Amino acid sequence: MNTPTALIAEDEALLAAHLQAELARVWPELQVVANVGHGAAAVEQSLALRPDIVFLDIRMPGMDGLEAAQAIGEDWPEGAAPPLLVFVTAYDQYALQAFEQAAVDYVLKPVQPERLAQTCARLRAALQRRQMPGDSSVVETALSQLRELLGAPGLGHATPAGPATRLSVIQAGVGAAIHMVPVQEVIYFEAADKYVRVITAERELLIRTSLRELLPQLDPDRFWQVHRGTVVRADAIASALRDESGKLTLTLRGHVDKLAVSRLYAQRFKPM
Amino acid sequence: MTSTAHTLAASPWRSFAWRGLKVLAIGIGIALLFALAQPHKLGVSMAYAVPITFGCWFFIDAGRLLAVRWLQRRDPKTHPQWPGWPWMAGVLLIGTVLGYQSGHSVGNLVTGQNAPGLLFEGPVRAVSLVAFSLVPGVLATYFFYTRSRLASIEAQAQEAQRHAAQAQLRLLESQLEPHMLFNTLANLRVLIALDPPRAQAMLDQLIAFLRATLNASRVGQHALSAEFSRIADYLALMKVRMGERLQTDLVLPDELASLPVPPLLLQPLVENSIRHGLEPKVEGGRVELEASREGDVLVLRVRDTGAGLADPSADGTHFGLQQVRERLATLYGDRASLQLAAAADSRGGTVATIRLPVTP
Repeated sequence: MNTPTALIAEDEALLAAHLQAELARVWPELQVVANVGHGAAAVEQSLALRPDIVFLDIRMPGMDGLEAAQAIGEDWPEGAAPPLLVFVTAYDQYALQAFEQAAVDYVLKPVQPERLAQTCARLRAALQRRQMPGDSSVVETALSQLRELLGAPGLGHATPAGPATRLSVIQAGVGAAIHMVPVQEVIYFEAADKYVRVITAERELLIRTSLRELLPQLDPDRFWQVHRGTVVRADAIASALRDESGKLTLTLRGHVDKLAVSRLYAQRFKPM
Repeated sequence: MTSTAHTLAASPWRSFAWRGLKVLAIGIGIALLFALAQPHKLGVSMAYAVPITFGCWFFIDAGRLLAVRWLQRRDPKTHPQWPGWPWMAGVLLIGTVLGYQSGHSVGNLVTGQNAPGLLFEGPVRAVSLVAFSLVPGVLATYFFYTRSRLASIEAQAQEAQRHAAQAQLRLLESQLEPHMLFNTLANLRVLIALDPPRAQAMLDQLIAFLRATLNASRVGQHALSAEFSRIADYLALMKVRMGERLQTDLVLPDELASLPVPPLLLQPLVENSIRHGLEPKVEGGRVELEASREGDVLVLRVRDTGAGLADPSADGTHFGLQQVRERLATLYGDRASLQLAAAADSRGGTVATIRLPVTP
């Protein structure tokens, strides 16, 4: 067995140092390949270094732990098993419930040696299972866990607790004018930094909100998330094509753009 | 206010009876007054004055209750005790005439005399009799009116107090934000093994901050210098967590140091600056706290160089600001204000400005 590797994403330096020190005690063979302080760095370094395990703090500046987990899961190369995720939090009741439901590993800050030892034992066992040849369920298990976690209600600060009111018209400012676009005319939404691009058959507009805030206001049966940055109107999808490498791409009715489907959402596209 | 009004109205008949007893005393007093002029007629004065006073009161007070009841049926917001002066004037006039007449009849019955009632006197004498009888009624009504007004002002004050207590409780809950507390404790635990002197310093800051937080719900005011010290403690705790990502700058001119301010008034603003301004930014930023004086106004500014006012609906922001506004309104009415605006200079971020009257 190769030396197991881990990445720690934690914005509070002291706590990161402590987690690393405790890990060195309970699992001396584990090699911490990187220590990063924010979500975007966690994604970038994970994809570059391909650690076996990623410890992710929930609250981090910029991209938070859950968003980072989603990005890692989506951008991880096809065919390779994504890293085992362990979430770290000091206090976050919604997150803890979601972790329990999705059977994702988590540790509380400050990490307790006994609890960390249990977690490490589970991680070791999981890594060993992965080494066994011919087990293709590993990737799918990891993805379905992630899917369940991301779908959990109340997770993340942007998600409102109660059922959100459905949006019927998108109001987008263009110069001094406000354009009113009925949601049924939207072909797809695409996240663009702090904005969301709204694409209709005629035009493209920008609205000042995040996709994460917009999502609960859309009818989930009519608007499908197909990527962490893309939400498409289901009846605007013309076809879903899988290429040789297994990547799924959507073609649209009324628009030439082609949309990539991430592996987290690929399961939606199956023949009836 | 409504609850107090209801308790007042809960036993209208009991207080009605109690007032009756007092009126009896007034009636005897009036009879004695008459008797001063004609001492040998004390018995007769009693026989007329007491029932007339009693009768006037009975018809006036019953008339008032009936008027209130009738008005309440039309408009439930009517005061449960007071129908208003126009209605009361009518009630007083009719009540006095009826009361005088019936009291007079009782007096005739008791004395065996057959003195002519109002209806059989000459019009001048009748009017002057009614006018004279109106005096105690008007006085008593006025007394009753001012007293119940006082009671309702008192009820309002109690309501304001209860409101303040609730606000303080919510303030306490928000200041002891669990995420902040647990993260600080997590850091502290790590520091104990790593750097004991620094751990002690951090623990002292946590103790000072917790003590101030708990006291904030009891103490009405503390000096601005104490406010700055507590905010400095809070910022020091956050610095242990955020490291270089949090830079701070506190400016308090000496001549303002002793001015009184509500405890931890600035804390929600500083917390907002960190939580919504700096925490989302990977590179962090600065929090600047500055006190200045403009005439009779104390100006407190909390400025950050953070992410800025992107989303006014962000959950925490609204709550913290609302709390500060409520506290200011409770303590200073409209003489104090809180403003939140995007910073004007190129460094970006948000400025929160509090204006308070300087109380000597």
